[in-house]
Amino acid sequence: MQHFQVKIFVRPAGGVNLEPAIAVFHRWIRESALPELLIDVADYRHVPAGPGVMLVGHDSHYGLDERKNRLGLLYSRRTAMDGTVGDRLNSAIGAARRACELLTADPAFAGALRFDDGEFEIAVNDRALAPNTADGYLALEAEVKPVLDAMWGAGSYDLRSVGAPRELLTVSAIRR
Amino acid sequence: MKASNSLWKQRLAGRIAEPMAAELDVYENEILLKKQGKMEDKVFAETRLRRGAYGQRYDNGQRHDGVAARKLTFPQALTKGPGTEWDAPGMQRIKIPYGGMTAQQLEVMAELAEEYSDGIAHVTTRQDFQLHFVHIEDTPALMRRLAASGITTREACGNSIRNVTACHLSGVCRTQTFDVTPYAHALTYFLLGHPDCQSFGRKVKIAFSGCRGESCGLAMMHDIGAVAATREVDGKVERGFEFYVGGGLGTVPQQARLFDEFLPESELLPVSQSIARVFARLGEKKNRNTARLKFLVSKLGIAEFKRLVLEDRATLAHDPRWTAHLEDRDSRGEAPLKPSSFLQIEPVRAPGFDEWYKTNVYSQRQGGYSTVTVALPLGDITSDQLRALADISRAYVKDTVRTTVEQNLVLRWVSSGDLSALYADLSAAGLASPGAGCIADVVSCPGTDTCKLGISSSRGLSATLRERLAANQFSMDEAIRGLHIKVSGCFNSCGQHHASDLGFYGVSRNKGGYTVPHFQVVLGGQFENNAGAYGLAIGAVPSKRIPETVERITSRFLAERQADEKFQAWIKRIGKAACKSMIDDLTAVPAHDADPSFYVDWADAREYTIGDIGVGECAGEVVNPIDFQLTACEREAFEAQLALEAGDVSKAQRLAYESMLHGAGALLGQRLPVLSGDPDHVAGLFREQLVDTQLFSDPFAGAKFAHYFLEAHEKREAAASADRARQLIEEAQLFIEASHACYARMRAMPAVV
Ligand code: SF4
Repeated sequence: MQHFQVKIFVRPAGGVNLEPAIAVFHRWIRESALPELLIDVADYRHVPAGPGVMLVGHDSHYGLDERKNRLGLLYSRRTAMDGTVGDRLNSAIGAARRACELLTADPAFAGALRFDDGEFEIAVNDRALAPNTADGYLALEAEVKPVLDAMWGAGSYDLRSVGAPRELLTVSAIRR
Repeated sequence: MKASNSLWKQRLAGRIAEPMAAELDVYENEILLKKQGKMEDKVFAETRLRRGAYGQRYDNGQRHDGVAARKLTFPQALTKGPGTEWDAPGMQRIKIPYGGMTAQQLEVMAELAEEYSDGIAHVTTRQDFQLHFVHIEDTPALMRRLAASGITTREACGNSIRNVTACHLSGVCRTQTFDVTPYAHALTYFLLGHPDCQSFGRKVKIAFSGCRGESCGLAMMHDIGAVAATREVDGKVERGFEFYVGGGLGTVPQQARLFDEFLPESELLPVSQSIARVFARLGEKKNRNTARLKFLVSKLGIAEFKRLVLEDRATLAHDPRWTAHLEDRDSRGEAPLKPSSFLQIEPVRAPGFDEWYKTNVYSQRQGGYSTVTVALPLGDITSDQLRALADISRAYVKDTVRTTVEQNLVLRWVSSGDLSALYADLSAAGLASPGAGCIADVVSCPGTDTCKLGISSSRGLSATLRERLAANQFSMDEAIRGLHIKVSGCFNSCGQHHASDLGFYGVSRNKGGYTVPHFQVVLGGQFENNAGAYGLAIGAVPSKRIPETVERITSRFLAERQADEKFQAWIKRIGKAACKSMIDDLTAVPAHDADPSFYVDWADAREYTIGDIGVGECAGEVVNPIDFQLTACEREAFEAQLALEAGDVSKAQRLAYESMLHGAGALLGQRLPVLSGDPDHVAGLFREQLVDTQLFSDPFAGAKFAHYFLEAHEKREAAASADRARQLIEEAQLFIEASHACYARMRAMPAVV
């Protein structure tokens, strides 16, 4: 499996003005705030339940994403990665968390942006590698569990499949 | 780049129509060849452009971050065109002829937007879809997935016949003469990949319109515009087209000229073919700025242009496809899913329904049916919304939608009694914005968001205007609400600002040593009458003052209009001087220290610069057909190598021989106007024209390489063996090198007639 997406939701939901994200993401590009090639900022605030404001990168996109009307930080890996599936998953979660930390601390949001580190949505953005089927879910679950066990402790979270069959293979992980 | 790219070919085997599958194999091999350094940049650029794979802003590896221009260091030191980084994100344009799509195609679009782009599919002003931030190496897989659903990206960009557009209401329209859809379909597939359309100096855009008076087809601003017409002969109604040529926007906008008041339907395809041939033969090739068809028509005059076209038409060998489509033209129309019905009076309507009904619902010519416009903000739709729309189209209409030139989508044949339920379903998907085709439904090109040529942020401005105007659009006077706003990021007019009441295009101005984003204000263009008149440029206003400019102009129109006076008539009546004075004070730019916000564009945070403007790929470079042909020979030789490695010796041998045959044919094509593809004929002429004349002779090796081909031709039926195949492949490679050298020598010689 490759091309993981990790979404970490904003808490409390609603009432966050995304406009500062444009300046913040431009600054991240200017200051090379993330250890990867960042290219541009895309503003989709006009699209209901859309990608919000995105930071477009070569290896990954980051976004304050409003899909399904749930605002969160969406990390989306575009290029393939070396290592085991677990490594790739850990890397994606790590990148998403790092972005959340930077956003939370950024004065541009004046403390209005906080993330719930106890809930992730993890998806595989590649239908050929990871079809959204029962078998696909079992395969993803087998990869996600060891990572979450190490992060949160075995038995301390609920994992379930979310999303319709036409959507990307996605699991929701909520810490109890 | 996706790890799964190689899986799709196998997975979709048998699901892609053969010519398309072969064409995609060719493209994939061209990518491999380019990566191996075996293809010239300009040839590869044109080859990808002709498949809709287009460049995007910053693909020259440089971006201004607001403080300084910085290098974007992409991982691979490769290029995909002159000055275009291989790894830089690109745009994929996807042709949707006449905007017609099925539910299944919407679902595929959703998947592709999600997996290869940024989760957004964008509808253009020419009924195409575009995906942004796509990696060039993902494009073959992306194209295969489209092809498996019946969509091609072939000739979506480049110097080719672009998407053929048509009114989205055609077939259901109350004012139509007849449904132009079958004709748009037939012309699309007749001209797609047609040999007569492969050596243009620029692109050719074609539009169909079902009637003269409305706006949907915009025929007058196209290279070829066909407006449905009928005539009566001996009591029989005949179909045809009021046929126009040479229209276009851009820096030199031109209304199309009347080519024929009535071009019979049977002549539509052959006359279009002859127009293509005349354009390919006589159109400008060197100077891109004067290479569109409109310049040729102007240069020759419409009468002479028409004479040349008809003269050419008389020489064409009959092609049964010219009229085959007419046999079942009436059975190709869409049918409803449900019986007709009428909207019921309900005591309480859902909030927003009445406004939506007023602006987004059109009563079809067929009683009891409606066409519903799904207004997309700036033409953008998410993958989730595409899937929801696919479901909706299956539930309410027979599985189809159409894109529109106003960057929206329509559902046709909705049984009118279903409108309340449909509204509820669209609302749930975030697709029930009211105000379709009204002032808040702003049309915009991509501008500086993604376009290499963008000067100002057309989308940033459009999003702002949209938000502000939508907030009170239903309390506006109808005369204002019904106006159209269109925005282009530069003078190239992709936002079609000329054909709009209020149009804007991006320019820049200097103030105190700083560059300031501006928009040129263009007033009084006509969207109606097929874009029957273009607007008047009255002056440039700083970008940040455009909302105020809109407010100023619309208020003044409302105050001054006489009776039912239209906006265009008002602009004409008050004249350019008055228009200009209306905005004079708005052109002022405060000093940088006083208000730095003027020096930052909409939806951006960087100090404005024009340093990111790149070289456009709108048409690519003009590449001589022989460059393509010899590149194709190299690809064939490469494919022969692949076949040999796969153990298919006879295929390897055949491909190696054919690569030489095609190389010989390409060279002969430079000297002889018409050439049969018969191998004996080609070999005979090759000997006579190129070997006996010593034109093909290498200064050191003499005729050695020529004899590789002639011998391979003589022994082409010989039994296949691995050794023979290997030798032939080597000889083919040398022969192709010699062909390039021969072509260089031919270029240096005076032309042979
Ligand atoms: S009008 Fe200019 S900025 Fe807009 S898409 Fe066309 S070339 Fe790009």
